[in-house]
Amino acid sequence: MFDIRKYRQAATAAEAVRLLVEDPAARCLAGGTDVLVRLRELHPGYDNLVDIHNVAELKPIVLLPDGTLRIGAGATFTDIMESPVVRECAPLLVEAAASVAGPQIRNVGTIGGNLCNGAVSADTAAPVLALNARLRLLGPGGERCLPAAEFHTGPGKVALHPGEVLLSVDIPKDDRQGWGGQYVKYAMREAMDIATIGCAAAVRLRDGRMEDVRLAFAVAAPTPVRCPAAEAAARGRSPDEAAFLAVRKAVVEDVKPRTSWRATAEFRLHIIRTLAGRVLAEAARRAEGARA
Amino acid sequence: MRQTVTCTVNGKTLTLDVDVRASLLEMLRAEGLTGTKQGCGVGECGACTVLVDDMPVDSCLYLSVWADGRAVRTVEGELRPDGGLSPVQQAYVDAGAVQCGFCTPGLIMSSTAFVERHAGKRVSREDIRRGHAGNLCRCTGYGAIVDAVERCLKTKPE
Repeated sequence: MFDIRKYRQAATAAEAVRLLVEDPAARCLAGGTDVLVRLRELHPGYDNLVDIHNVAELKPIVLLPDGTLRIGAGATFTDIMESPVVRECAPLLVEAAASVAGPQIRNVGTIGGNLCNGAVSADTAAPVLALNARLRLLGPGGERCLPAAEFHTGPGKVALHPGEVLLSVDIPKDDRQGWGGQYVKYAMREAMDIATIGCAAAVRLRDGRMEDVRLAFAVAAPTPVRCPAAEAAARGRSPDEAAFLAVRKAVVEDVKPRTSWRATAEFRLHIIRTLAGRVLAEAARRAEGARA
Repeated sequence: MRQTVTCTVNGKTLTLDVDVRASLLEMLRAEGLTGTKQGCGVGECGACTVLVDDMPVDSCLYLSVWADGRAVRTVEGELRPDGGLSPVQQAYVDAGAVQCGFCTPGLIMSSTAFVERHAGKRVSREDIRRGHAGNLCRCTGYGAIVDAVERCLKTKPE
């Protein structure tokens, strides 16, 4: 029996917002693969729940008429992996979803939960940054859109206002079309593991040069981060070994890895530098095949 | 905090008055379906795997109320009407894929979903391992388990 003290089920996102406003101490429960584990381990603050597990409007993954890829916050990792439109438009998100835990967890865990619990190791966080996604939030004052880069504010902390619910992760057409991207998770095991480092890169080429470059890491700093210095080092250059060497040097300025029982800061930095070059190179290679 | 849940369990429609704090695992075991085991209780080991609408889930991390309107399958339901074993269960016996047996009900359900999804497709041993990554066998009898699934995929479905 879970130690749930208060439980309400929301049928719609608007109802979830209303319930969260009524009771500011309540927390959203989506797939449950993090929240119910926390509850089982008796962490404080998880026993008062607004259940959005069955909110149908949060599930769909659609391509909007303006070309925006909209992934409902309630889409599971399996939904993302199996969605033809995500496979086509944002394959690095498919790689990220496929790297999460194992089949049972992927069948239930959601992208919204993955982002909203604020974990620095969230596998979808780095790709969402590299895709420059917009997070559509519904709160008591209505809807607002937040750039993904402003969402994670600290370890376990996100920019959700009281009463707000994540509706969808939106990737505008210009942020996905013509880009090549990749996500690589470095972990001790190939399944059922938390990322030691997660790396996502997206590149758009023009005349053989990297015109647009985005590099993002999970577990490389207190929050998932974009890498402006490394991106600047690559921008405008042809995707060759010299450019990736410059990226590996510059990325040190962008990250602040820490030592934990999983890995030392030094080891993490080594992985960050290695992946920065390798993942960006693969993104550039894939960009060559991408249709503008 | 109680709620009425109507779902099918192994093909039989049940209407149950459940405590909203109960996991699906607890609901099933309270119904006498004790084939499904609790291992870790936190979604790491897969001993509690059941199929919800034919998809494997860890029933220890799945609220019983979420089963409302859905079809749940447990290891008990895999027996054929004549009491015989399912092709997956028989393949486990034939391959000697059972040691202490505690992980077996969960693995049988993961294998059942895997075999149903991959029937007629080319599948590597690596694919089988990935498809079973959410189930731990602490006797570490993985080789024979992969053999069983491989064997099952090679024989024609009944």
